[in-house]
This record gives sequence, C-alpha cells and structure tokens, in this order.
Amino acid sequence: MSDLELSNRAVSGRALPRPPRVGTMLALAFVAYLIVATAWPAVLQPYDPDAIAPRDAFDPPSPAHWFGTDESGRDVYSRVVEGTAASLLIGVSATAIGLALGLLLGALAGLGGRVLDFAVGRVNEVLFAFPGILLALLIIVLWGPGPVTATIAVGLSTAPGYARIIRGELVRVRGSSYVEAARVLGHGRGRVLLRHILPNALAPITVLATLGIGQAVVWASALSYLGLGAQPPAAEWGAMLAAGRTYITTAWWLTVFPGLMIVLTTITTTVLGRVLAARDGAAR
Amino acid sequence: MPRSRVLRRVALRLAGAVFVLWAVATLTFFAIHLVPGDPAQAILGGPGSQASQEALDRVRADYGLDQPLLVQYAAMLGRLLSGDLGDSYALKTPVAGLIGGQILGTLVLALLALVVAWVLAVALALWSTSAGRAGRAIAGGLELTAAALPHFWLATVLIAVFSTALGWLPPVSNDAASGLVLPVVTLAVPLAGFLAQLMREQMLQALEEPFAVSAAARGETAAGLRFRHALRHAALPAINLSGWAVGYLISGAVVVETVFARPGLGRTLLRATELRDVPVVVGVVLVVALVYVLMTIATDVVSRLADPRTTHSGGAT
Repeated sequence: MSDLELSNRAVSGRALPRPPRVGTMLALAFVAYLIVATAWPAVLQPYDPDAIAPRDAFDPPSPAHWFGTDESGRDVYSRVVEGTAASLLIGVSATAIGLALGLLLGALAGLGGRVLDFAVGRVNEVLFAFPGILLALLIIVLWGPGPVTATIAVGLSTAPGYARIIRGELVRVRGSSYVEAARVLGHGRGRVLLRHILPNALAPITVLATLGIGQAVVWASALSYLGLGAQPPAAEWGAMLAAGRTYITTAWWLTVFPGLMIVLTTITTTVLGRVLAARDGAAR
Repeated sequence: MPRSRVLRRVALRLAGAVFVLWAVATLTFFAIHLVPGDPAQAILGGPGSQASQEALDRVRADYGLDQPLLVQYAAMLGRLLSGDLGDSYALKTPVAGLIGGQILGTLVLALLALVVAWVLAVALALWSTSAGRAGRAIAGGLELTAAALPHFWLATVLIAVFSTALGWLPPVSNDAASGLVLPVVTLAVPLAGFLAQLMREQMLQALEEPFAVSAAARGETAAGLRFRHALRHAALPAINLSGWAVGYLISGAVVVETVFARPGLGRTLLRATELRDVPVVVGVVLVVALVYVLMTIATDVVSRLADPRTTHSGGAT
C-alpha cells in the first residue's frame, strides 16, 4: 500500500511531477532488459546459473563475475537474471489479483447504490486496519507459507487500495458534466455506463497496474526474504536475498545485487506510472 | 470550530474505531475456523506430533473447541472485552502478556522513525523548493529512490557498510542507543522519500496561491514565505498520511526487527507466523489495528488544528 496515497494523487490528476525525459528513456531501457531476462535469460547469462564450482565460492565482484559468486561458486549475475521471470511472475500475478478484486469492490461501491457503497466502504476501512504486510502474514499463517500463498496474500492486501481509487474515479466520472449531458440527451443507462462512465473511469487502470507491479514485487520479495514465500535454492530475488543473509558479514554481494534489481524495478514502474498518469491528465 | 462539534466528531470516530476492531476480530475468528486444520492438533505441536485421541479430546474440552462455533465466537468476544487475547499455542502463555512485553520496543522504534522521517522530509522539501532546476531534479531523484528502497535491502546494506566495513554501529539492535540508529534509519528513509515528494508538490502549489503572493507583497522574505506559509500548507496531507505511516512502520518492523535481531512485536509476529501460532498472530493484528485506528483519529484531530480553514469557522473567502 506504500504507494497508494501517492498513486491516488497521480490518478486524480493533481499529478506528481512528470519525470524528466532521460528518466523515461532509462526506465524503458530497463523494461526492455527485464523482458529479455524473462523471455530469453540465456542471452544475458555469462554462466549456467546452476553450475556449481566450489573452488570459486565467495569470489567478490570482478570482471569475470560481475556480481561475484555465491557459497557454491554459482555466478550471482546469472542467477539474478534467472530469477527475473519468477519474481516478475509473482509481482504481475499479485497485481492482477489485487486489481481484479479492487475492480469488483470498486464497481460495487461506485455503481451499486448507496447501501452497497456504504458496505464496501466499511469493508475497506476494516482491511485498511491491517497495514502493510500484516494482512499477508495473516493469510500465510492460515494457509501456510509458499510462493502461491504469498502471491495471493500480496494480491489480497493490495485490493482495498485499488478499490478505493476505482470507486473514487467512478463517482467522479458519474457526476461529471459530460455524463450529465449524455443523460439529458436521452441516452439509456446502459449506453451511458458503457460508452461514457466506464472508459473514463477505468483509464487510470494502466497507471495503477504499472505502479502496482513494482510494489507487488517488493512485497512478495519481502515475504520470500522472511522465508514465507519462494524458498531458496529457487533463483527468485527475495529468496536469493534470504539465502545471502547468512553471509552478510563476509559476502555483501549476495544480498546487495538481487536487492538492487528489486529497487531498479520499483523505480522503473514508478517512473513509467507517472509518465502514464501525466499523459492521462493531459488528455482530460 | 466549536468545541462541541470537535467532541461529536471524535465520538463518531471512536464509534467507527470500535466497529473496525469488532470487524477485525470477527473476520479473523471466522477465517481461522473456515480454514482446514485442527486447532487442537496445532496446540499439541502440529500434525507431526501424533497426539493421542485422548489428548486431543482433552485439549478440545480445555479450550472450548468442542462447543458450537457461535458459542466459541461469543466467548471470544467476551474475552476480548476483558482484554484477554487467549493463550499462545506454542508457548502456552497468555498472548496479552506476550504482546505487552514486546510492544514498547516496537512503538519506540516506529515513533522515532516517524520523527526522523519528518525531519528529513521537511529539510529536503525546504531545500529543494529554494534550489534551482538542477537541485530540484536531484531532490526528485533522491526522493524517488528513497521511497523505492525495500526495508530488508536497506537494512542489509546499512549493516554491510556501517557495521562490517566501518565498524561504527552494531549490527544487532539491543537496548543501547547506538543499536537503535540503523533500525530507525532503515524505517525512516523510505518514509521520508514519500513524505518529501508529497510536501514538495504541495509547497510548490502553495507558493503560487494568492495567500503566498500577498504575503510576498507584504514584504515576507522568500525563506519566511516557505517556512511560515507554504510549509504549513504542505504539512496537512503529510499529517494525514502519518496515521497510515505508523501502521506501515509497524509492518516494516517485522522485517527490521528480524534483520537486526531486535526483540519486539514484529519479530514476535513473524515467529508466530512460522509456528502457525494463530492466537498470537490474531492478537498482534488486533493490537496493531487498535494502534492504527487511534493514530488515524489523532492525525485527524491534529490536521484540523493545523488547518486554518477549519479552525476559524467561516473564515474562508
């Protein structure tokens, strides 16, 4: 939920500063890198990510091993590339779950009349009382740890935030002058809903999804880091961090580089989300 | 705003808070009982313990697990009202006592982090609004990066730099003040990034408002304008965000206390999650929900006091 208040602002048009052009280009370049790392990891991997070489264990970063090697002598950079797909898959799936549920709740509240609006509002209020990853931890204690539970848990925890934003958008658009005009012109309810309200109210979803993926990747890797999501030896960023934690005093590169990928992913989604939001705002 | 209206508002908020807490308790209660898995089995050490049927029956009777669900629910609400959060499955001690012993350390950590984050954010916002284009771009990049830093990563990097490489600060957080520095910084920096983004945007907006222009026309200096007028304007949304921020900090404490091996609510919660010690998890969640709800009410009151538009009734033009 960390970016919720900010993305709320970004969506509501009182836009946050639009990132400079250089930032946008860098973000797009990193997206291209992530796509290649997901689809064709071998292109970027100088070594086999699972090849064990005990003699090269704990080599610090060098021209031969950019990100150093781990306790079994595996190339950390190759493993970070290998982990891209798993980490992004969790982030994207969690965002999809959160958005789908948020859409459902938001639509019920924004279109379903006063009683439903009140009910969904209270449900949301209750869910907001589980801040951060607390709701996720509660779900995990009930269903047991693992990558699938972690993904669902992160998705569910983000849903109330999305629901609130989507409801706000629906209410805003429903009260706008062009919807009023369409009604006065005698267009039916269904047509007004499909042609005017939904397309305008749902435009920010691309922004929300973009911002949300970075957030979901962070939360999911936090759960993996705590040992509740993907487990080592899986090459997932959070799991790699968890595995490297044991060696933090002797081999910092085991934790620093997988974490760097998470940070870069979040920055990238934030920058792109804001660019999209600024474009959205300009189009209105 | 007249005092009676303030009181009425606070009373309404408190009623809302009681509703939220009741709903959280109900939701967690039924979630636990809808999930497959036998609590009696969990109390006796999980599925691997091979407890005898006799022992299971005894535990069920002791914990009231043989009663109908609604009776158990009523009993749970009754216990909650008297402040009893049940007994830990793993430790067999009262959850309330367990939480009572841990909560202070976590609240100290969260509140210190909130203060540090505010100081950093205000300093950055004041500096960046007076700086030129380059300064603003740098501040923007700093804020964005700070806000994107996950706690678990920032914590490990800080340990690697300040404990391992430089040896200035201990990697384990104990009662000593030096042990608090790294955990507080870990929690404060990402939050400061969020707050600073919000404040800078609001300050720049405020500086273009008529009240800022007229203050400048009265001869207010540029620094005074930012400090006395724009900052107050910018503080409002940041204050509103602080209620949420305390919840965010407590949830961040789960990670931070684990990395720095610092005793506290977050670490208790994580250990209970690993052991699937349901009463402890539910107890901690309820207490955090209580803190969250109280903080939201407090920030609501503070932001009303800080907002000149709500203190002078009808003062807006």
